[in-house]
Amino acid sequence: MALLEVKDLHTSFFTDAGEVKAVNGVSFSLERGKVLGIVGESGSGKSVTAYSIMQILASTGKIVSGSVKLDGQELVNSGEKVMRTVRGNKISIIFQDPMTSLNPTYTIGHQLMEAILLHTPRNKEEAKARAIEMLKLVNINEPEKRMNQYPFEFSGGMRQRIVIAMALACEPDILIADEPTTALDVTIQAQILELMNQLQKELGMAIIMITHDLGVVAQMCDEVIVMYAGSICEQGTADEIFYNPCHEYTKGLLRSIPTADSSGTKLQPITGTPIDLLNMPKGCPFAPRCDAAMKVCIYNRPETMVINENHWACCWMNVKKGIEDGTITVKKGKEGKK
Amino acid sequence: MSEIIKNPPLVEVKHLKEYFNINVGAFKTKPLKAVDDVSFYINKGETLGLVGESGCGKTTVGRTLLHLYKPTAGEIYYNGKLIETKEDIKEFRKKATMVFQDPYSSLNPRMTVSDIIGEPLDVHKLYTTKEERQDRILELMNHVGLNSEHASRYAHEFSGGQRQRIGIARSLAVNPEFIVCDEPVSALDVSIQAQVINMFDELRDKIGLTYLFIAHDLLVVRHISDRIAVMYLGKMVELADAGEIYERPLHPYSRALISAVPIPDPKIARANQRIALGGDIPSPLNAPSGCPFRTRCPYATEECASSMPEFKEVSKGHFVACHNLDKIH
Repeated sequence: MALLEVKDLHTSFFTDAGEVKAVNGVSFSLERGKVLGIVGESGSGKSVTAYSIMQILASTGKIVSGSVKLDGQELVNSGEKVMRTVRGNKISIIFQDPMTSLNPTYTIGHQLMEAILLHTPRNKEEAKARAIEMLKLVNINEPEKRMNQYPFEFSGGMRQRIVIAMALACEPDILIADEPTTALDVTIQAQILELMNQLQKELGMAIIMITHDLGVVAQMCDEVIVMYAGSICEQGTADEIFYNPCHEYTKGLLRSIPTADSSGTKLQPITGTPIDLLNMPKGCPFAPRCDAAMKVCIYNRPETMVINENHWACCWMNVKKGIEDGTITVKKGKEGKK
Repeated sequence: MSEIIKNPPLVEVKHLKEYFNINVGAFKTKPLKAVDDVSFYINKGETLGLVGESGCGKTTVGRTLLHLYKPTAGEIYYNGKLIETKEDIKEFRKKATMVFQDPYSSLNPRMTVSDIIGEPLDVHKLYTTKEERQDRILELMNHVGLNSEHASRYAHEFSGGQRQRIGIARSLAVNPEFIVCDEPVSALDVSIQAQVINMFDELRDKIGLTYLFIAHDLLVVRHISDRIAVMYLGKMVELADAGEIYERPLHPYSRALISAVPIPDPKIARANQRIALGGDIPSPLNAPSGCPFRTRCPYATEECASSMPEFKEVSKGHFVACHNLDKIH
């Protein structure tokens, strides 16, 4: 059984302007010890997916339907009491900005021990020892002295390492990293990614890596989910997504990043701007920006099409391609098994 | 493009220094050396990329270059002419403009798009009639791919990419020859980023602009630049052709920086041998003696602590400041 199973998750924000469907039917599962990447542009719903799993949505946000199962236990509508045993204990989260996710008025020792005291039967002494151990694990020098310092006394990279130490203190099964290195410089980013990789192997936890940086995904992830306008448009192993993208949006993303060979040539950007979630079109949400859009894309939302056992995508182009190759016989446009 | 004969370069900076006085206690100040003895030139039609981590002084170089900060020391030449007096600066600002990083805070929320773009025209009195002003504004909006119906809207009605276009239109208003682009695409999504980068490319080809392109995203800088300069803690450590610096970086810092860039290709990324740097960037208030990089440098020797290596040309057009070049190979 998969460690985490998300099924047909719908999360909406109820604003004055209307219902914003931020997450619109997301399903995936995560195995123990795997790294899953979620990529997409701002507003694609990748962070809201993570917040829905943790149930830390803003007050206007609500999980409308769907299920989130952790080790077989249903979390949606399980109540705050259950969630408190899950958060920080079984699932931990690291936020993007290490400057704001630490409380400036407490020492980092206090903040590290807080989670340990709350979730484990350790007493204060033991919690302190554990906190120091965690600081050592994330390569902070002189941890005993550092315990009594406040966040402002640390650099950005060190703060992010402390946040990681805090997230890992209770040995969670799943670590959700929401853009953990976006606010950091490249050499510091390399340090943090290296550290996460090494800790993941040592502690055997699963990581959900939320990012917009395809370079980070290539380096870290086993499996990749590409999100657009609140839904998953493509999912597969990292190799499949990078070398055999089957959704026009993924192809566009990969084309629009500058590479070593692209200097002196034109980049091929995706035209237009991301969609307004208040006015979702009837068909494929990417169709208004898609160069290859066909009539069917505008009127019918593409269904899940299985490319192979490690890869699926929601794009009508696969059907078109299939018909042209003759792998699909025209009865009704669906490919393969599904 | 670097083949253009440089006589004289469009922009030349010699021994530029910019120190900020920081309060370090009651009545005590200490100079923060944001830019410390930096020299370079940019030829007409060329793009010089400037990279480095936050706090290395790359933004300060851009701003001091335009005299937005008064240089502590050093000379700035434009078309071979030293920029010195107030009149020089005013004249210079018609030729050289800036695009800022954050399209959210660099546009006045209480001004309409046409007022934002028209402001430089007002300041430099570049029109005689109202119609002329309006025509020029619409022409500029057209240049950057904005519709004329957007002219009466406010900045908050636009997405990040469109706002950056407004900022670019504003900087083009005075018909500049040279633009300092300070992280112009780092606040944008990947797909939008590519649109804006292409626009910079097009404008260069169409109007013959010269750029100083400041960014921390090395893939973007490589794409757009002819030559690239690497800065660390207020000093320039390496300067070379874009291809050269990526394939044969010489300074240990440039090597680490370039190897740390995540490559969007799983097979290469997994095989990539990253040069891990220990520690963090020292505070520029307490910069190390000698070479600023020596505290994190795997090759550092005593010599590095005692003297700053000279910024010298090691092969044609490839400058580097390091004592231990022979050890690195």
